[in-house]
Amino acid sequence: MQQLTVNGVTIDDTFAEAFGMRATAILITGPNRKWARQAAVTMTGFATSVIGCGCEAAIDVELSPAQTPDGRPGCRVMLFAVSTDELQKQLQNRLGQCVLTSPGSACFADLNGGVADLKLGSALRYFGDGWQVSKKFGGRHFWRVPVMDGEFLCEATTSMTKSAVGGGNLLLVAASNTQALAAAEAAVAAIEQVPGAIMPFPGGVVRSGSKVGGKYKGMMASTNDAFAPTLRGVVKSALGPADNAVLEIVIDGETSDAVAAAMKAGIGAVTALGPQEGASRISAGNYGGKLGKFHYHLKDLLP
Amino acid sequence: MKPLTFTLRETPPERLDLSPLTPERLEGLSAREIGGIRLVRSRRALTVGDVFRVSGKDANSVVLEGGSRRFDGVGAGMTAGTLVVAGDVGAQAGRTMRGGRLLIEGSAGPHAGSGMRGGWLEILGDAGDHLGGPLAGELAGMNGGVVVVRGSAGACAGDRMRRGVAAVLRGCGDYAGSRMIAGTLAVTGTVGRLPGYMMRRGSILLDRLPEEMSPSFVECGAPDSTFAAVFDRYLMAEGILKRPLLGARPGKFGGDNAVAGTGEILFRQD
Repeated sequence: MQQLTVNGVTIDDTFAEAFGMRATAILITGPNRKWARQAAVTMTGFATSVIGCGCEAAIDVELSPAQTPDGRPGCRVMLFAVSTDELQKQLQNRLGQCVLTSPGSACFADLNGGVADLKLGSALRYFGDGWQVSKKFGGRHFWRVPVMDGEFLCEATTSMTKSAVGGGNLLLVAASNTQALAAAEAAVAAIEQVPGAIMPFPGGVVRSGSKVGGKYKGMMASTNDAFAPTLRGVVKSALGPADNAVLEIVIDGETSDAVAAAMKAGIGAVTALGPQEGASRISAGNYGGKLGKFHYHLKDLLP
Repeated sequence: MKPLTFTLRETPPERLDLSPLTPERLEGLSAREIGGIRLVRSRRALTVGDVFRVSGKDANSVVLEGGSRRFDGVGAGMTAGTLVVAGDVGAQAGRTMRGGRLLIEGSAGPHAGSGMRGGWLEILGDAGDHLGGPLAGELAGMNGGVVVVRGSAGACAGDRMRRGVAAVLRGCGDYAGSRMIAGTLAVTGTVGRLPGYMMRRGSILLDRLPEEMSPSFVECGAPDSTFAAVFDRYLMAEGILKRPLLGARPGKFGGDNAVAGTGEILFRQD
């Protein structure tokens, strides 16, 4: 494999392989930043991978009061799933259990130009037990559901896109766990600034990267042994003798361009940090290019 | 292309039905055809040519230069384009309109915006009774769209309103929002007696506590209202108001319990 070097960080000549997904976005507001974030964080909990969680979700960006429809702090949350039905189910359950329940919350549609509508308030309104109020103005439709601290205001529907991409990734290879974590944190901080891209894993970082299938029946994914440092001597490893920790950043984007921009931002941050403080090498995960429609070559995304 | 302009020659001798003078009904007509449109059903048989001097060609943008309280049905049934009246109009302006923008720079008579379903009706002066309301025998009044009255409105504004937004900026008469079915009536300034009289659902939004409430409305507290914040921003973004109408924590009355209604009157508290 040919290798490039940027600021002492080796960039593998490989690519990340990603898949088409369905995605939607909502804007959650709260009485202050703490409670807007709380509703968003609760809603996006246990949403790291479609393999086990039904959807992948995270906060895209935080918005100031001046940027939201009700003048309160807010968070744009994105959800990704493999089918429209699953996306609707996950959206409805998470909205009902995590946002409706959060003090002072409100919820607005936040995806433009989608291809279909997903229910928000149109599904949750029944919680109002007949006391819910429908309001249409300015081309938007809201439901007001009476709750114990007043009303839950929720837009009736949000839009869904079929142009979303899930599975963009970076593998950050370092000499130590401390350096790998520093590189990952730098990448996450940079990617958080990219609109339309989320990192659904804990804090944006995955330590248990996976390969497809496994030796046990029924396992859809199992450990990425080629990048596991403790297996370096016993499997066909992708790691060198000085590599002792690998962390992965997984990226889902509203569009393919958002994924590419996020990966570029991540590579830029990791290479700027350099090998002494962070990762010595950046690679990416793929399946030989046969499974995913979207390929992101690292050499095209250099800073 | 210049707007298709109808300049009033003199005050008409009788009430006129101006409903034929809407952008979509004038589209594609020649000057001769326009001049021959009949505006009354009386023996006098007045036509456009008798009442107006016509100039311009853009039927998508129609202007009535000079108004009269005898102009009935201005913009009635409009679906697109713009219609501007430089003056007053009579009854039923913008009745059943479905789209487009109708601007009346003077005042309007009764039943302005009656039964409208879409579009934007703006009256810079005052409006008469039954703003948006149904005619006798009709089940519902305003059914969509937006009505803005920059002056005051008469009695029964928003009568039997079912959908849409009506905003009156200088107060209205008695029974504002009477028999409302749904929709939103926003009023700044004073309202007369018994707002929300026999309302079933819908919202009446006021910038102050009404002076005389029906005893069949009950107080419903005043928690923080996200709806109020969003609606205030909507009114300001559309240029209807310059300042928030309700504020963050409006008071609420629920009713009208005389008809088992679940409507609301929200009012600014500070």
